[in-house]
Amino acid sequence: MNPETLETASVVLEARRISKSFSGVQVLFSVNFELRAGEIHALMGENGAGKSTLVKILSGFEQPSSGEILLDGKPVTLPPNGAAEALGIVIIHQEFNLAEHLTVAESLFLGREVTRFGVLDRKYMRAETRRVLDLLGCRVDANALISSLSIAEKQMVEIAKAISRDARVVFMDEPTAVLSREETNFLFRQVRKLRDQGTSFVFVSHKLDEVIELTDRVTVLRDGQWVKTAPTAILDGESIAQLMVGREMSSLYPAKTEPDVDEEIVLRVDSLSTDYVKDASFEVRKGEIVGFSGMIGSGRTELMEAVAGLRSRLSGEVTIRGEAVPSGDVHAANRRGLAYMTKDRKAKGLLLNSGMTANLTLQSLDQHTRLGYLDPTSEAAALEKARRRFDIRVRDGDVVARRMSGGNQQKLLLAKVMETEPEIIIIDEPTRGIDVGTKQQIYHFISALARDGRSIIVVSSEMPEVIGLCTRVAVMREGRIVGMLEGDEISEQEIMRYAAGLKRMVAA
Amino acid sequence: MSVNEESIQSTSHRRTWRDVDLRAVAPFAALALLLIVGAIVNPNFIGLNNLANVATRCAFIAIIAVGATFVISAGDLDLSVGSMVAFVASLMILFMNSGVIADPTLMLTAAVLFAVAAGAACGLANGLITTVGRIEPFIATLGTMGIYRGLTTWLSQGGAITLREPEIQELYRPAYFGSILGIPIPIAIILAVTAVAAFILYRTRYGRHVVAVGSNSDVARYSGIAVNRVRTIAFVIQGLCVAIAVLLYVPRLGSTSATTGILWELQAITAVVVGGTALKGGAGRVWGTICGAFILELVGNIMLLSNFISEYLIGAMQGAIIIIAMLVQRSLVRKS
Repeated sequence: MNPETLETASVVLEARRISKSFSGVQVLFSVNFELRAGEIHALMGENGAGKSTLVKILSGFEQPSSGEILLDGKPVTLPPNGAAEALGIVIIHQEFNLAEHLTVAESLFLGREVTRFGVLDRKYMRAETRRVLDLLGCRVDANALISSLSIAEKQMVEIAKAISRDARVVFMDEPTAVLSREETNFLFRQVRKLRDQGTSFVFVSHKLDEVIELTDRVTVLRDGQWVKTAPTAILDGESIAQLMVGREMSSLYPAKTEPDVDEEIVLRVDSLSTDYVKDASFEVRKGEIVGFSGMIGSGRTELMEAVAGLRSRLSGEVTIRGEAVPSGDVHAANRRGLAYMTKDRKAKGLLLNSGMTANLTLQSLDQHTRLGYLDPTSEAAALEKARRRFDIRVRDGDVVARRMSGGNQQKLLLAKVMETEPEIIIIDEPTRGIDVGTKQQIYHFISALARDGRSIIVVSSEMPEVIGLCTRVAVMREGRIVGMLEGDEISEQEIMRYAAGLKRMVAA
Repeated sequence: MSVNEESIQSTSHRRTWRDVDLRAVAPFAALALLLIVGAIVNPNFIGLNNLANVATRCAFIAIIAVGATFVISAGDLDLSVGSMVAFVASLMILFMNSGVIADPTLMLTAAVLFAVAAGAACGLANGLITTVGRIEPFIATLGTMGIYRGLTTWLSQGGAITLREPEIQELYRPAYFGSILGIPIPIAIILAVTAVAAFILYRTRYGRHVVAVGSNSDVARYSGIAVNRVRTIAFVIQGLCVAIAVLLYVPRLGSTSATTGILWELQAITAVVVGGTALKGGAGRVWGTICGAFILELVGNIMLLSNFISEYLIGAMQGAIIIIAMLVQRSLVRKS
């Protein structure tokens, strides 16, 4: 949309002086926000800046403590629990809300099934599902079970679900976090098309380049306060990042330190195969940061889980400091000093309904056991230390993990894994869905761990991350390691060539 | 970050009533309410004698429910406990009747150990069927519920199994009817079992693992916890608790039949739920469970002492209580 028409377009949804407190802790301070008809409006801010809360208030999932919401200029109280969909306000959740046992078509029409003479019109619903999926360039079968889909495909189904509801306002919370570049392109094309037909979008994302590419205007929040709203055209990535952090960004990545070539090899993986991973071999030296890049579904996580003993392997050897690790034995791997940090912090990493202490020490309770019982003082001391070491900022020390921001959850998960004092740490997607400030902190933590002499494997779908952190980068494609890059070879183009199958290393 | 730090300061020193988890308090509030209602219905009710009686009679369910708290906290369910009581008690009496050991004291000691081993074995069977056999605990224990009950009927040939040795009877009787320091032994045993269970659940590595497995078994697995072992041990603890209940049950009547322990699984699970433990796992409350068992027995007692509800409706009332408890639990989900 060009700037002139944007200026004159009517305001669909407006927040006026919205404040919100949870249990006496204020998280939004008199925030203003307006969304015009037919615009894509980015909502930016660090984790804990109040973006998610504002989105929840504007979609009716939370009620503001004070201030008012205007829909088409008239004050409204939005109905709770997604009932605002009836007003054309739809939210695409970051977490998936799909029933695993339904088919794609059933999910799309869940709660608004189409009937003919009282009987489900399955043919119509399937055709309609096909049409919406095609719009998104999504090749998933309308009859496929949700449980059979990949994470990216589930995300596309969520998006299709929202789009098929003839929404006037769509909130998208990190929609591209799990999508490949190609899928993202399809999504953006469709979002632009709908925008041109008058639908308004609120786009919450940490990917600055996507914000610049897609959005018309940007609103930045910081510490629960409104900072700025401006047309995207007059901003660039650097200036948005500065507004979010409120300070000049020093370099995002710490300086790389390369280990000596004759440094001890601590981890050796020899022709490891699982159902999907084929013949993967690599080694990691003491103090080294090795990256694993590749498309989503290229088998990186599966390989790492097999190395960590969370998954059994069909063949191949894993050796830690010369000692073989039996297949599918997490304990054996842990005992030899290897730890795996999952990319799925909500489903596999943290007990969301437990507090920080229970989460932090879950993997290392032995350290706090005195004569068979758990010593609360020792656990409290560990938490105090971890909070300082990893800068976990929470307002209430008894908060449950669910209530923490994504960045703080990620730091807590890293702290939890580090409690076992591993020598080799596999970090899967170290910064998924967290803000730029916390990312920078986590990069520095990783770098500091490597300088301490620990070895780190970083699995990441964000290429800048792998390039900025690692001294060696393995590229995977369809279950195989197809490239191993070093030094100057590590560049986005080169990784892409391997990941896309244009190039592969000559078998040694 | 000055704003942040200020709020850290202000909230950490302020503990208001809102921080109290209502689900933990609710069972005790319900108990207080029941005591008041009971006192109004019948002045004899509130007497120490009557209450001690009620507490003694809830011993079986209370002790079984303590075990159920572990199984449910780990995210499983054991429907076989009622049948298991009948089966283990029958085995124990048959063992004592067999006369393999002449000395009554030695015989009784051996029988106690035998019952504990039998209970643990029944629990282990439940645990292995659910974990190694990967069968839903609901189905697995529904199956063993039928098996233990059927074996009891077969052992008793449809009739009763009665402890025959008068010497052993005389020796064993005080275990249910006696008291130490003025406290009836069943009440003392409830308190001891609960204290040990609370210690295990809240203060040991294993207890933390139970809660972790129950709230999210994936997180537990990725944290290097042997999920199946934790679940199996919970079933064994349940079996041990059943055995302890049997040790109190046998001296009381000295006899078992195919109808022993019928619907005790309903009462045990109700006690756990009334006590505030989440049925979907992840939050165990041992003392709440005891409170729940006491509430169940109190309701029956009030019905008996009052004249307006028939005591034949006790079963229906207990069924209603579990439903009401679930509704209350849901409405009290902590909002913070």
